[in-house]
Amino acid sequence: MKNLSLLAGALALSAGSVFAEPVKIEFWHAMGGRLGEVVNDVATQFNAAQSDYEIVPTYKGNYEETLTATIAAFRAGEQPNIVQVFDAGAATIIGAEGAVIPAEELMEANDVPFDINDYISGVRYFYADTDGTMVGMPFNSSTPILYYNVAALEEAGVTPPKTWEEFAEVTGPALKAAGYVPLAQSHLPWIFTENFHSRHNLPFATNDNGYTGNDTQILVNNDAIKAHFTALTEWKDEGLFGYYGAGWGDNQAPFENKEVAMWLGSSGSFGGLKQAADFDFSATYLPYWEAVTTEPTQTFIGGAALFAMSGQDDAENKATAEFFRFLTSAEVQYFWHKETGYVPITEAAYEMAKADGYYDETPQAEVGISQLTLPAGDNTRGYRMGFYVQIRDVMNREYGRILNGEASVDEAFDIIEREANQLLDRFAKTAG
Amino acid sequence: MKKAVFTNPWLPYALLLPQMSIIAVFFLWPAFEAIRTSFYIQDPFFGTATFVGIDNYTDAIGKSDYLRTANFTLWFTVIVSVGSLALGLILAVAADRVLRGASTYKTTLMWVYAIAPPVAGLIGVMLFDQHIGPIVDFFTLFGWEMQIGVSYYDTAFAMTVVATWKHVPYNFIFFLSGLQSIPNSLREAAAIDCGSRFKRFWTIIFPLLAPTSFFLLIINITYALFETFGTVDTMVKGEPGNNPVTLVYKVFQDGFRGLDVGGSAAQSVILMILVLALTIIQFRLIERRVHYT
Repeated sequence: MKNLSLLAGALALSAGSVFAEPVKIEFWHAMGGRLGEVVNDVATQFNAAQSDYEIVPTYKGNYEETLTATIAAFRAGEQPNIVQVFDAGAATIIGAEGAVIPAEELMEANDVPFDINDYISGVRYFYADTDGTMVGMPFNSSTPILYYNVAALEEAGVTPPKTWEEFAEVTGPALKAAGYVPLAQSHLPWIFTENFHSRHNLPFATNDNGYTGNDTQILVNNDAIKAHFTALTEWKDEGLFGYYGAGWGDNQAPFENKEVAMWLGSSGSFGGLKQAADFDFSATYLPYWEAVTTEPTQTFIGGAALFAMSGQDDAENKATAEFFRFLTSAEVQYFWHKETGYVPITEAAYEMAKADGYYDETPQAEVGISQLTLPAGDNTRGYRMGFYVQIRDVMNREYGRILNGEASVDEAFDIIEREANQLLDRFAKTAG
Repeated sequence: MKKAVFTNPWLPYALLLPQMSIIAVFFLWPAFEAIRTSFYIQDPFFGTATFVGIDNYTDAIGKSDYLRTANFTLWFTVIVSVGSLALGLILAVAADRVLRGASTYKTTLMWVYAIAPPVAGLIGVMLFDQHIGPIVDFFTLFGWEMQIGVSYYDTAFAMTVVATWKHVPYNFIFFLSGLQSIPNSLREAAAIDCGSRFKRFWTIIFPLLAPTSFFLLIINITYALFETFGTVDTMVKGEPGNNPVTLVYKVFQDGFRGLDVGGSAAQSVILMILVLALTIIQFRLIERRVHYT
């Protein structure tokens, strides 16, 4: 009798767990360190908030590694439900028609309300297709901004530069005299190439920066950017600019060590910097050249987006849509924004942060989002180019050669233009 | 002496079969796939391919840095192979003479071999770090401002040092066992005939080590060409930038990072041809001078 009731109890328990078994979805991301902790935190919050779905986040290495792992999994038919793909990989994943379900369609099909106008203007169309349908859900959206060591600038008696002219004539020399390396940056292709074009509203590629056609050619070999790199080499020789290689951290470290007074990084670096730096730092907009434009425009949205992979069953797709609903809610966006420094992607979250007085205490956290809401131009939506990871590698290599004195600016940009266009031609053939 | 003869004519083939099937599955098939893929441009997600003839080859070789990469790979291979062979031999000869505490010396010299290449790379990254690396600090004393990751040659230097250091113990182990298999009677006879230890080494000992040296030469070249991948990968920290890389690393970089499957396959076929040529040269020209006992 006792045994029987035990058995019944066990049966009841197991039956209960069958019914309560949530739909599990896989989420592959590229957020290491502090960012990874926050991603796990968001996932835990989602799992705790309801009992129908369970999301399992997995760190897959850096952005390039995550994309490669996804492709390998996709070809083996074992792709995750959600994958995080970065700006430079957007053309690859969006170009592979049928590999992903556009976020907008997925949400509408699963009765999750979607209105593109809820999103801040800067993020709306970067990950959209030619018809303006949002394919990737902007996730960690960042933009390059100028961080500065407050004490260092006070010591030198200068304010953060608005223009590069001001940097060259006033800020740079004063900081150098105060014993600092005035400036460093962490990503030459992203900050000084892609966003250089956006900030000055210059076309970066044909076909509307690559959005409207397959036969895109890069327009990087222009006088404005060549003048910028000529200035960089001069600054480097004069001790106004420090270059520590193509790695992100190698350039951020001297800013954290107070050797470098101003550092161009990502608005998403804010959370990590807050932990690492034991000094007062603030941030401001990416400077521009007055010689190129007197009406600087907004920068591109950088970072990465979440893509819902195709080939999953309806229940899992529903779970993915629900996760997107959760993720884009104002509360979660505000939490994400506060913890990481990535910009809130919806107007509602931005309003919430403002109403909460977050920017009164930490004004530097607003720099990224206000830079993204600066006036837009014809060339500020974003860019869409295939094999772009390789194009960035070519840029990084040639920029390294310029700054190491191995190549002249003209030579290097000729090579970048030629090899980028060759890669774009090759990419056009993958679609055919 | 009794001669072993197979009674069934199929038996030898049956015995060879497992080995041959492993070669077929893990070498011939992938090699064939690489050759086939190298004539197509592929969409990474679906593998839909467009036939492009030899475009992948001309595009790869036509790139501005292909020659530079090939050149670096050549020098890197030569310096790492010769360097680690020479150091391994010197240490082995020295350890062979030690009588007291011999096993301590040997173990100490060997254990570097247990380090995995990426870990060796990581140690290299720390030692050569441009902000806090002790080796960088050391060279600063002599006025050499090393900048790993910025200066092409400084990075090449660091990579070569780390890759060489990593492979010395391997050569040491083989040279040492080679030395210890030389009969004492031979050494004693040589010692009676010739007073110069140096001359004895080059005329008696070294020729006896020739089979070991030849084996190690091939292993070292393979190591420098292929197995240094992990070291190179860690030292460039995932951002190739303007750093020197080997041809193998470039195959990986374009194929797995850049997702250009066809272009990467073409480069690996080129590499395959180079290795084939190298192997023929080694066995035709060098092995003739090696005498096996």
